[in-house]
Amino acid sequence: MKELWKGNEAVAEAAMRAGCRYFFGYPITPQNEIPEYLAKHMPARGGVFVQAESEIAAINMIYGASGAGARVMTSSSSPGISLKQEGITYLACAELPAVIVNMMRGGPGLGNIAPSQADYYQATRGGGNGDYRTIVLAPASIQEAADFTQEAFDLADVYRMPVIVLADGTIGQMMEAIEWRTPPRRELPAKEWATNGHRGERPHNIINSLFLDVADCEEQNCRLQERYELIAERETRYEEYMAEDAEVLFVAYGTSARLARAAVLKLRAQGVKAGLFRPITLWPFPEVALHARAAMPSMKAVIAAEMSTGQMIDDVKLAVNGIRPVYLVGRSGGAMPMPMELVELALEVLA
Amino acid sequence: MKTVYQRSKGLMDAPTHYCPGCTHGVIHKLVAETLEELGIIGTTVGVAPVGCSVFSYNYFACDMQEAAHGRAPAVATGIKRVHPDLAVFTYQGDGDLAAIGTAEIVHAAMRGEKITTIFVNNAIYGMTGGQMAPTTLVGQKATTAPFGRDKERQGSPLRMCEMLATIDGCVYAERVAAVDVPGILKAKRAIKKAFQLQLEGAGFTFVEVLSTCPTNWGLTPRDAIAWLKENMVPYFPLGVYKQ
Repeated sequence: MKELWKGNEAVAEAAMRAGCRYFFGYPITPQNEIPEYLAKHMPARGGVFVQAESEIAAINMIYGASGAGARVMTSSSSPGISLKQEGITYLACAELPAVIVNMMRGGPGLGNIAPSQADYYQATRGGGNGDYRTIVLAPASIQEAADFTQEAFDLADVYRMPVIVLADGTIGQMMEAIEWRTPPRRELPAKEWATNGHRGERPHNIINSLFLDVADCEEQNCRLQERYELIAERETRYEEYMAEDAEVLFVAYGTSARLARAAVLKLRAQGVKAGLFRPITLWPFPEVALHARAAMPSMKAVIAAEMSTGQMIDDVKLAVNGIRPVYLVGRSGGAMPMPMELVELALEVLA
Repeated sequence: MKTVYQRSKGLMDAPTHYCPGCTHGVIHKLVAETLEELGIIGTTVGVAPVGCSVFSYNYFACDMQEAAHGRAPAVATGIKRVHPDLAVFTYQGDGDLAAIGTAEIVHAAMRGEKITTIFVNNAIYGMTGGQMAPTTLVGQKATTAPFGRDKERQGSPLRMCEMLATIDGCVYAERVAAVDVPGILKAKRAIKKAFQLQLEGAGFTFVEVLSTCPTNWGLTPRDAIAWLKENMVPYFPLGVYKQ
């Protein structure tokens, strides 16, 4: 049976359904319904909600709780996610699973509280210091927000790394009918590394991101890199819409993908063969599939549509690798690429 | 043969990297003995800081986590909330706790987190090479205060015990100096009491241990002890601030 859910509350409920019982957060608009929902419902389900003194403290609580073996989540929005980068890079190096939700808002700086996709670089390039990546899932509906949040916990546990659910204020604030379903559960490795008291039964465990010896630090980086390559091979996800015979292809994720889909329908109504390629994992980016689609003989142009001045377009260009022209409809500061803008650009580049 | 003294089981059989005359080794020993005497080595998680004692995760025999600079109380909060049955402690220096981690320590105390913090105050940044700390004394030279700390421009040192004692969630705060036998015995009693109160679920417990840094103070170990007693103790009076 379908139920009407607000995005932020669906994310919070999904976390608990995935077995998360520890949430550490700090208020920031437009994601406040996540901590508010969990503050209300976590205790009854035997969980712990802590409002931290800052985003920095919250992400370090996540580090401690994850290192102690628990399923953990924190959430924030753009400026708050910037503050969390310290903890995210430590999580990455110490190989600790965690789920981090970013309901992006306009930036840079304090920006505004309107929806945005301008944290793409930060999310897909690691975001903090050092050579690391995080898996980035980009829901385009409340259903996906609920599904991906649940899946994010298994991904984090399987690969022992932070996973980011990257959405925007629209997804956070919008209500849609969704169905609660349990994503296929993965086989999870035992957390033998957790610091939960050795009770004299095993050597002491150490959660750590310090590798002072150069050879040790490089080895750790290589270990992480190998894992990232495995993830790119196994976990890359995307969706296509009317792309099979397209001569113009929109590439868009999250909220922008919904707008691009509307543009596809408008163009098809005019007899123009438009299609949509929607990356679901922003890292790993579906570059092989996108290249193959762009390389189709019918394809004339690729248009990246995003709520930023052009960040995802870099990955689109890397994937297309010069075989087709790539154009941008990028709106920022809380503005969205409107379907008519996409239609006009498509008609112009096909002319 | 009768054993009259041996390494505490709370410590690993590992050589420490501390400089000659540094009192970190003594303070490690006191924490380790406390864990052993309370029978909690296997049910304790420690949190190491960034600073000279960063490698303490290699020295303590309990499970350990290495935190980002200043964040040990937040990390400890995460651990303790997941495992309320375990003892959790942070071991932090003055730059870590009283500068970059001031918010974390104050709010861990405010929430009354049932953890124990061992605060080693040697009035200087040791590992990074002798920069001015928030606890550096007025007039004391440091590499970033080459003419001595100037009260007008750099303010007066922070007294963390006194500050934290004002917070309701902090149930125990004591300052000790681990530089002579009576002081070391007092420090041991304070550390043990803090852990006992934590195990009873009383609230946040804090022990500040005045410590020497002969290397960065530019003094011999013996002169460093004398300097601590003559200069640090008057500004950072020893005693129980909260009980």
